[in-house]
Amino acid sequence: MQEKLRREGLAKIRGETKYIDDQSWPHQVIFGMAIRSPVARGTLTAIEFDQQIDWSDFCIVTPQDIPGKNRIKMIEDDWPYLAEDQINHYGEPILLLAHPDRQQLQRGAAHITLQIDPLPPVLTIEESLSEQEIIWQKGNTFKSYQIKRGTTESIFSSGDYQIFEQEYRTGAQEQLYLEPNGVVATFDPELGVTIYGSLQCPYYVDGAMATLLNLEKDKVRIVQSPTGGGFGGKEDYPSILAGHAALLALHSKQAVKMIYDRKEDMAVTTKRHPSRTKIKSAHDKDGKIAAIQIEFILDGGAYATLSEVVLSRGALHCFGPYFCQHVQIDAKAVATNHPPNGAFRGFGAPQSIFAMERHLDLVAAKLKLTPEEVRRVNFITKGQSSCFGQTFRERVDYHALMDIVFEQSDFHNKQQAFQKYNADPSNPVKKGIGFATFLHGSGFTGSGEDYLASRCTITARQDGKVEVLASSTEIGQGKDTIFTQIVAQELKLPHHQVVIAPVDTSIVPDSGPTVASRTTMIVGNLVKQAAAKLRDQLIETKFLASNYQPTQVAGAIKNYLAQHDTLTINTQYQRPEGVAWDDQSYSGDAYATYAWAVYLAEVEVDTLTYQTRVTNFYALQEVGKVVNQILAQGQIEGGVVQGIGHALYEHVLHQDGRMINNHLTDYIIPTSIDTPPIKVIFEEWNRQYGPDGAKGIGELPMDGPAPAVINAVVNAVGSQVYAIPMLPENLMEAMQS
Amino acid sequence: MEFNNHITITLTINGEQQQVSVPPMARLLDIIRNKLELTGTKEGCGAGECGACAVLLDGKMVNSCLIPAIQANGSSVYTIEGLAQKEEFNCLEHSFHKKGGTQCGFCTPGMLIASYQLIKDKSSPNREEIRQAMAGNLCRCTGHQKIIDSVADAIEQLTKSPEGQ
Ligand code: FES
Ligand code: FES
Repeated sequence: MQEKLRREGLAKIRGETKYIDDQSWPHQVIFGMAIRSPVARGTLTAIEFDQQIDWSDFCIVTPQDIPGKNRIKMIEDDWPYLAEDQINHYGEPILLLAHPDRQQLQRGAAHITLQIDPLPPVLTIEESLSEQEIIWQKGNTFKSYQIKRGTTESIFSSGDYQIFEQEYRTGAQEQLYLEPNGVVATFDPELGVTIYGSLQCPYYVDGAMATLLNLEKDKVRIVQSPTGGGFGGKEDYPSILAGHAALLALHSKQAVKMIYDRKEDMAVTTKRHPSRTKIKSAHDKDGKIAAIQIEFILDGGAYATLSEVVLSRGALHCFGPYFCQHVQIDAKAVATNHPPNGAFRGFGAPQSIFAMERHLDLVAAKLKLTPEEVRRVNFITKGQSSCFGQTFRERVDYHALMDIVFEQSDFHNKQQAFQKYNADPSNPVKKGIGFATFLHGSGFTGSGEDYLASRCTITARQDGKVEVLASSTEIGQGKDTIFTQIVAQELKLPHHQVVIAPVDTSIVPDSGPTVASRTTMIVGNLVKQAAAKLRDQLIETKFLASNYQPTQVAGAIKNYLAQHDTLTINTQYQRPEGVAWDDQSYSGDAYATYAWAVYLAEVEVDTLTYQTRVTNFYALQEVGKVVNQILAQGQIEGGVVQGIGHALYEHVLHQDGRMINNHLTDYIIPTSIDTPPIKVIFEEWNRQYGPDGAKGIGELPMDGPAPAVINAVVNAVGSQVYAIPMLPENLMEAMQS
Repeated sequence: MEFNNHITITLTINGEQQQVSVPPMARLLDIIRNKLELTGTKEGCGAGECGACAVLLDGKMVNSCLIPAIQANGSSVYTIEGLAQKEEFNCLEHSFHKKGGTQCGFCTPGMLIASYQLIKDKSSPNREEIRQAMAGNLCRCTGHQKIIDSVADAIEQLTKSPEGQ
């Protein structure tokens, strides 16, 4: 038991962990900042430096000073580190400034004037779709996908079914990792550029720096510092921040520190994509879906960033765990003049799942069926194929999952009790219960893992310990502990004999990014394979007997290394057999496996104040092997609360393309009194993939809470709600209309 | 780099008297982090909203980002580093470790300060009271449940062995 506790836990508890802003540096460090656009769209005509200031003390970087390419290396080549003449969003960086003294830096910044001819910004999905203003390349669409099976139109026009059509929306959401984005960049003519920072994906930053600075790969080094949360918010953004710091370091020849304060972090970094989903579905009298059309649109913000892949995941998840012969999904990510939106736990899936799960409850209400009945007639089962052509080969049994949640939560009795309770008109508080059934694919979408071709290394050390080298980052999810457990189990070693190498690109191979619920399942499996090979090598060479004792491993390693130079094993991802995806037709096995889940929420709604409180929550998921109960529960609980935030509290308020509530006073996230007791239940049915059968769980818990909570609210008050965040004023409106 | 208008602050940090020279607008948080290099105290918002910068000022929990340096003059301050040396901390530390009360760790020192204050103030708070007491400290990772579990567990341990308190 003691062994499974979080490895770096005590250091964190005692405040000893050194995050980027806590580290001390051998040389003087100067402070950097970006001068940003005050408007959402316009043309930059001049930059004026007030002559009262002695600018020779400052390091100033403009696009002309960039040695390589002024584009952040991502899917499209459109996102500049510094705007050239066209400004596409509020807060867009225009030039960089550094100074040894923070106050002087601020003073300098206040004496720079930007001359900008404003242009009309595009600020909604509708404005973007209208293309009255073209703000991105030739059109306003970053990417579109279509999934099509059967003939939806003929079903709709047959007259045999009841048809329901509704539009749903979800808002932007801030990741709100508690540690803001921050990096330190150093430059040395011999060694090149080194970035130390709070980040999820060191090799993303690595590639980005090489392109920006026009440096050979061996002149770029990225070192992850302990990272105070990410949730996707430190997937793509650190590349831009690191780029800024690196440019300043290159030009000043000094170490440059850039740590955002909360306001800047919230105003300019990426958010969850706002979405609009239109669903049209045809049902028979039992609620069975005869045909369905879904139009799913994301507001990508000013640049393409990762929108294309967020869109893809959203599109592939939107029809959920249901089966239908006639499905059409049209998905599109469009440009607006908001700061670019990016990765956030769930990656498009929470948005589209919210729409689908709300829609099914709406259909149930219209057909005078229960939400349970409508789902039970539509569940997909083992052997059936999804609308994108993936045949599920593992146990997919939503009837059983629902039964478990209903039993654990005493759903049916509570439903009746709440109805009775609500019948008393003198009581303004109404109780409701609701749920959502959904899935989440583990790992990169489609052929993503093939392209990544992730690697991992395990090496035996002179001191008899075994070291794991991977670029997967510890961001709070417990990766260090999980990798340790996997190696320890495979080699039968005590945990303290497993060393996790620092995540430093000069040491560890590229294991792919720490995103997409892939670290345990995909990289963990590479770790396991490498550990097994290392053990086999020791046994084959007779340094270890096949029935060895744990205490013998260290000695065997030392003896081996006395006679051999190294004992190092490399492993690389290989697509599991029988898993196939076709990029051209956008069909096949979108993910090797999925986590299957049913989430249930109980709420109390005060019909005088329109306040909603989540009073109880049940989160059931089938996730294959649970590697570490406490850590896995922690992932689910944290995700559930972020989902509740998305549903009820977290409102990114934009004005003229600028977030105006960019601080924690007005952007509300759930506190300990807003969070209900959460009962986490794991089922471990399917063990085909991942180490010992562990599937991904990082993002899953973000998908279900919002629809479950809003379905519960609708159950309590009887009025339909189609958008989140559902603030009290939104509920009031819904109940009064 | 004009240091001419600095003020001198004397305070007792973790039981040790210290004198620091800071700009008049400095916050207690700046003294702690930048002058004394006690980096266990974090800055999560700089606006009194997150509790990551919590310390004990004359025995009471405060958000050090809201305390002007001048106000700390002559006071006694305990940060996480000081608390971690105290015997009573052991129990909290164990419970947070065992129950999964930390994930990314950035909120954690503040959480420990808040729970320490709670167990000092109240002998056996129930779960609801724990939730109330921790409501000024934000955590984005844990969903708060395991933090509440950790505090409840520490309180249970302390009640079991009264000498622990
Ligand atoms: S940093 Fe002081 S309360 Fe957030
Ligand atoms: S553990 Fe990350 S914010 Fe609390």
